[in-house]
Amino acid sequence: MSARVPGPEPGGSGVTRRVLPGFGPALGVTLTYLCLLVLIPLAGVFLRASGMSGAAFLEAVSNSRALAAYRLTFGAAFVAAAINAVFGLLVAWVLVRYPFPGRRVVDAMVDLPFAMPTAVAGLALTAVYAGNGWLGQYLVPLGIPVVFTPLGVTLALTFIGLPFVVRTVQPVLQDLELEVEEAAASLGASRGQTFVRITLPGVLPALVTGFTLAFARALGEYGSVVFISGNLPFKTEIATLLIMTKLEQYDYAGATAIASVMLVVSFALLLAINALQAWARRRGNAPLQATV
Amino acid sequence: MSTRPGVTDPLWVRILLTALALLFLFGFLLIPLAAVFSQAFEQGWRAYLAALATPDTKSAVLLTMTVAVLAVPLNTAFGIAAAWAIARFEFPGKRALVTLIDLPFAVSPVVSGLVFVLLFGAQGRFGPWLIDHGYKVIFALPGLVLATLFVTVPFVARELIPLMEAQGADEEEAAISLGASTWSMFWRVTLPKIRWGLLYGVILLNARAIGEFGAVSVVSGHIRGQTNTIPLHIEILYQEYEFSAAFAVASVLTLLAVVTLVLKSLVAWRLRES
Repeated sequence: MSARVPGPEPGGSGVTRRVLPGFGPALGVTLTYLCLLVLIPLAGVFLRASGMSGAAFLEAVSNSRALAAYRLTFGAAFVAAAINAVFGLLVAWVLVRYPFPGRRVVDAMVDLPFAMPTAVAGLALTAVYAGNGWLGQYLVPLGIPVVFTPLGVTLALTFIGLPFVVRTVQPVLQDLELEVEEAAASLGASRGQTFVRITLPGVLPALVTGFTLAFARALGEYGSVVFISGNLPFKTEIATLLIMTKLEQYDYAGATAIASVMLVVSFALLLAINALQAWARRRGNAPLQATV
Repeated sequence: MSTRPGVTDPLWVRILLTALALLFLFGFLLIPLAAVFSQAFEQGWRAYLAALATPDTKSAVLLTMTVAVLAVPLNTAFGIAAAWAIARFEFPGKRALVTLIDLPFAVSPVVSGLVFVLLFGAQGRFGPWLIDHGYKVIFALPGLVLATLFVTVPFVARELIPLMEAQGADEEEAAISLGASTWSMFWRVTLPKIRWGLLYGVILLNARAIGEFGAVSVVSGHIRGQTNTIPLHIEILYQEYEFSAAFAVASVLTLLAVVTLVLKSLVAWRLRES
């Protein structure tokens, strides 16, 4: 599969001579493009943050308004990812195991949150859950307001994270060998026992990966939340909204400080996702890459 | 599959779980989708078409198309180059490079916009110099294109890398050893092999380039008729209580999302066939 021919290593560079052309230009373009477009701009955030005095940075990232924003962001993202883990597993299970008419349409529909612009999703959810909306008109009289509450934020984050767990668990469920489940059954295990002891451990790496992908996506989300949350400081203001507010007030230092905190969390999650995928590969059931 | 003994769930379990899953998807996906169209047509066809025909809407559509026309080919070319280097050659640090390509997906859209404000904004590192020399990046088209490029970097590469790794390089090696030039190898061997995967990536890339909100919101400055892309235009209409107009424009993007899903499914089907 590799395009190498065995041969002497020129200059001992550790790179062997190849039959195929274009390695140098392709890698050069890739690295230059990534450096100019992604790495240098991202480094700029940390550079700007490091230009702040320690006290000013600490104040910006840990004042009570910022702490309230982190709490809501992480809490709502966690709950949303947990809802998606449960229902994503259910949806993947039903799509793989239970044939029903229209299954292919439903399967394609799962990716809607990836295809729908986030601002449109936010607008749509606000319309549905507003006091006069299709669902809001029943929820508000029950004392469950959604719009302008943390519940609304959580629902928006659930919407945008919905495809992740389905798309990571589905291919693994498809590849699970039914013989193992049959063996379990013939040894006297009930369906419930088989699911908990055989199926669930098999899909666990994919499930955790999907959960983490949904969680990571939710942490940085902006467009789908901005309409439904109402952006009330200390109540429904998520971290990205706080960054946006600070930018609109030309408080670049404050925005940069919070952005650098969120970036560090993003990097940590990206590494965690890579480690999880390596775990899944070792277990022999790697989830397909889920597209954001 | 479900007729095999030992792995068949009782009928009531199957019906219950299927119903639960469909209810979840219906509530979370179809109801909001339907709500967009219902709100868009609340004041009738005439109002709907009038909302789409305003000069601000037209300029938003034109700007969004300009951004997409610039960003999509650039990131497509990047994706092909990256996939060629990664899937066809061995070199140290390859896995790290793959992670690096995925990095923009892990970064919040708002932060993706912020990085360019810090570089090219009026208070930014290069901003004052650029502004002195008559170049406007932030609150102008170049900023919108940069932010869109940033958030859509990974789409084509991450579709092509696994596909090309799975396909192997035998045919390309044969073409080269038979004397084909680099270009004729690419156009006649590689491109036909990867076209469905490439198209799949481009469809997703294009959808995101058109629909991006957070990143472009930071760099746009929201100048009506000048730096408002379609999603930003929708936000402004909504904030000005022109709800029907906001949903009318949103319905166009929703329609585009549905078309994207259909195309994506068709291409995925072709990809499995080949």
